[in-house]
Amino acid sequence: MLDNGELVLDTSPRELTQNPLRKIWLPCRNGHIAQRRVCMTNCPTLIVTVGLPARGKTYISKKLTRYLNWIGVPTKEFNVGQYRRECLKIYKSFEFFRPDNEEGLKIRRQCALAALNDVRQYLSVEGGQVAVFDATNTTRERRGTIVKFAEQNDFKVFFVESVCEDPDVIAQNIVQVKLGSPDYIHCNTEEAIEDFMKRIKCYESSYQPLDEALDRDLSYITIMDVGRRYLVNRVLDHIQSRIVYYLMNIHITPRSIYLCRHAGSQVMTDKKQMQFARSLMKFIQEQNIKDLKVWTSQMKRTIQTAECLGVPYEQWKPLNEIDAGVCEEMMYEEIQEHYPLEFALRDQDKYRYRYPKGESYEDLVQRLEPVIMELERQENVLVICHQAVMRCLLAYFLDKSADELPYLKCPLHTVLKLTPMAYGCKVESVCLSVDAVNTHRDRPELVDMKPAVGGGEERRAAPPARTRRWSRSGHGLVSTRFDA
Amino acid sequence: MALTVNTSSEQKTLTQAPLLKIWVPWMGCNLNRRRGSAVPQFCNSPTMIVMVGLPARGKTYISKKLTHYLNWIGVPTKMFNVGQYRREAVKIYKNFEFFKPDNEDAMRIRKACAAAALKDVAAYFAKEHGQVAVFDATNTTRERRAVILSVAKEKGYKVFFVESICDDPEIIAENIKQVKFGSPDYVDRDIDEAMEDFVQRIECYKASYMSIDDERDRRLSYIKIFDVGSRYVVNRVQDHIQSRIVYYLMNIHVTPRSIYLSRHGESELNLLGRIGGDSGLSPRGQKYANTLATFIKSQTIKDLKVWTSHMKRTVQTAEALGVQYEQWKALNEIDAGVCEELTYEEIQENFPDEFALRDQDKYRYRYPKGESYEDLVHRLEPVIMELERQENVLVICHQAIMRCLLAYFLDKPADELPYLRCPLHTVLKLTPIAYGCKVESFFLNIEAVNTHRERPLNVNINRNPEEALLTVPDHI
Repeated sequence: MLDNGELVLDTSPRELTQNPLRKIWLPCRNGHIAQRRVCMTNCPTLIVTVGLPARGKTYISKKLTRYLNWIGVPTKEFNVGQYRRECLKIYKSFEFFRPDNEEGLKIRRQCALAALNDVRQYLSVEGGQVAVFDATNTTRERRGTIVKFAEQNDFKVFFVESVCEDPDVIAQNIVQVKLGSPDYIHCNTEEAIEDFMKRIKCYESSYQPLDEALDRDLSYITIMDVGRRYLVNRVLDHIQSRIVYYLMNIHITPRSIYLCRHAGSQVMTDKKQMQFARSLMKFIQEQNIKDLKVWTSQMKRTIQTAECLGVPYEQWKPLNEIDAGVCEEMMYEEIQEHYPLEFALRDQDKYRYRYPKGESYEDLVQRLEPVIMELERQENVLVICHQAVMRCLLAYFLDKSADELPYLKCPLHTVLKLTPMAYGCKVESVCLSVDAVNTHRDRPELVDMKPAVGGGEERRAAPPARTRRWSRSGHGLVSTRFDA
Repeated sequence: MALTVNTSSEQKTLTQAPLLKIWVPWMGCNLNRRRGSAVPQFCNSPTMIVMVGLPARGKTYISKKLTHYLNWIGVPTKMFNVGQYRREAVKIYKNFEFFKPDNEDAMRIRKACAAAALKDVAAYFAKEHGQVAVFDATNTTRERRAVILSVAKEKGYKVFFVESICDDPEIIAENIKQVKFGSPDYVDRDIDEAMEDFVQRIECYKASYMSIDDERDRRLSYIKIFDVGSRYVVNRVQDHIQSRIVYYLMNIHVTPRSIYLSRHGESELNLLGRIGGDSGLSPRGQKYANTLATFIKSQTIKDLKVWTSHMKRTVQTAEALGVQYEQWKALNEIDAGVCEELTYEEIQENFPDEFALRDQDKYRYRYPKGESYEDLVHRLEPVIMELERQENVLVICHQAIMRCLLAYFLDKPADELPYLRCPLHTVLKLTPIAYGCKVESFFLNIEAVNTHRERPLNVNINRNPEEALLTVPDHI
């Protein structure tokens, strides 16, 4: 007897139909297509951070949330400090956090419970799969409450503890993220640092780190000294294993990641390509980057670009452009002409749409996951790739949703310099001025499915314009012009 | 970093290496001779993985598994088991007294064996272009580990320790039963004798055992595995390969289970001798699917997971089972690019050079606009990782895919992999046992075409069509 799942007693096999958007075969009976939710976790997971203030808990929470969402696991973070700010409105001083401040303790407990309530809402009602509960959770008692809550609701719990005693790291942390916090908006730097240090002290006496013996039945990872050492206990399932692997690969050493596309398409002359490569090289030189690694795909045009730089580079097949299947090498107008249905489907849901015998953006993300993992491990890297690939990578770094991802602007001959900072990523966009074809297609207004008579003139989106276009917006930060 | 401009006015034209379909600056350049075309090379200096632990703690099990895995993903790895060297030196094993700490003669022999193994490690790195060496021995004293570290330092090797710690008497007893009784050391003993001797052997090590110390050894790179994976301590992971090793070690387990591999039922395109495509099952294929359902039920498997690819023929096969299944795109058949849906005869006619190249090196050969077996292996790595995590799984996939998975479990090298026999309508049941995998083959008695093409004798580009098509199996 098979133990898992439904046992359909009907002996006749269900018919298969191919979902026209995602090109996935699904069974259907009597016209009803089985809804299949591909899920990496069986029951929802609650990730709980543990640690003194300024140990990187929020940094880890936000990064983990961003990563899990990018790989397709609906995740949300719940920062108890936010709830406290909402409740209190004005932060006076560290005295709020004193262990003998009964009023303070009451409010803090209420905030934690309010956050847990929202967690329950997210995981049980809204269909979330992972919730990250970001708070100090430094006492065994508080953690016990959370574990009980999870048991009542059938959530798995995984603790992520960050332990660090290096005063330099802590100071750096305070400077990067605490000084700008709403709590310290009205303080000067010295005042803020002094208050925050006292705040940390309030927690120290009651801090009970996860204990090898007492907590041996819990699932957790303890990260020590920003990743020098890890203790991992009782990893229960796939998602926890992925989380552990991810956490063990990230670091906070300052560095930058440069993303750009290859030097142009077949229409571009060799001379123009060399011009771009020269500008790129000059730009890189002026950046004065230590130990830069250069990666390309295995497609000719990215390799040609790298070759012109005259430096060693690595070829990665996963960086190859999206496979457009039967539509490979067609212009948008040709696709509209030969496959109008496909063209419309793509506009309906560009992220999930899979070209016939090709790939979708969703497939790309899966393909690129090892690249992202290695980018996390590395320091300074220049990635020369393609439009769809660059959009996926950018969406990961800038935390863009699946709906936004396929429309991110990644024009030719523009280098995006990404520098992790505080809880996010600073983006600088540098256009290396050469005449470039804009290959970006905005999401068209009308996406109805009926094949239009007369070739759909009204619905055709603006064809790619052959003008020099400036890339602004989307990632929304500094743009500079760089003239070769 | 110094960036140099190409001062020559002519741009180097890229050429595509015909077998690997990789663009290289010029044909002789060493990019062409690189291994592992799908992902970059991440090993700079060679790495020594050094096992640590009392006897019967799973060191050799871990060493072998790790070696298989690293070789499969394309990192040349070799295992050096010091016990083997000892058996060679001593020829006949008398009893545990050999291992007593006060047995000076034996100590000398054991030290010499370790030194010999280290020498072979050096030769492996220097002459055979190995990248990882797994040094499998107890290495239970700080002194021994210091010797290894100094050799590594001198030669510029990275060192990563893997310590296995376990005090659960049941696990240790199970271990001894599974692997020690069959060892050459105990060939002529009965079970109780062997058990008693081995227990004494372990005692010999215990007194001098010094576990890797979290304080004193904080500069070393290591992973400590407690109680077969319930807990880990990981210290100072230095690079990509160590990170992958840690991830792998954290995903393997020893819970008994079986993995069932099967192809989809015979497809319409199979009947026509056409490769690739996304066709549905033939009537015989459908019959197989139904028979497979009966077979699986008869195996009474606990909590079986069923996986398929995204292609119609595997999904149809799973549908007949009447249970939940998961579709993995990574399990899709190899992409034959421009050769999709052609017969071998058509490939010979339209792409005779490609056809010959494929026969020359079927593992690395990449179809134009398609994939190679080497690409497949990289694509399948997450599947293997998840198979390691899981317990009982039935994977319904395709010929090339099944060959890759089988090669992983049975430790087949790259040149054998593309020729492993995976006929239609046959289920392979793999059960991990001792240091390897037991394979049972079940042909479910539904006729199907043969899709296995042996390597022909003549693989020269100039061969004539008959020679190329000699080994093509029959079809409509």
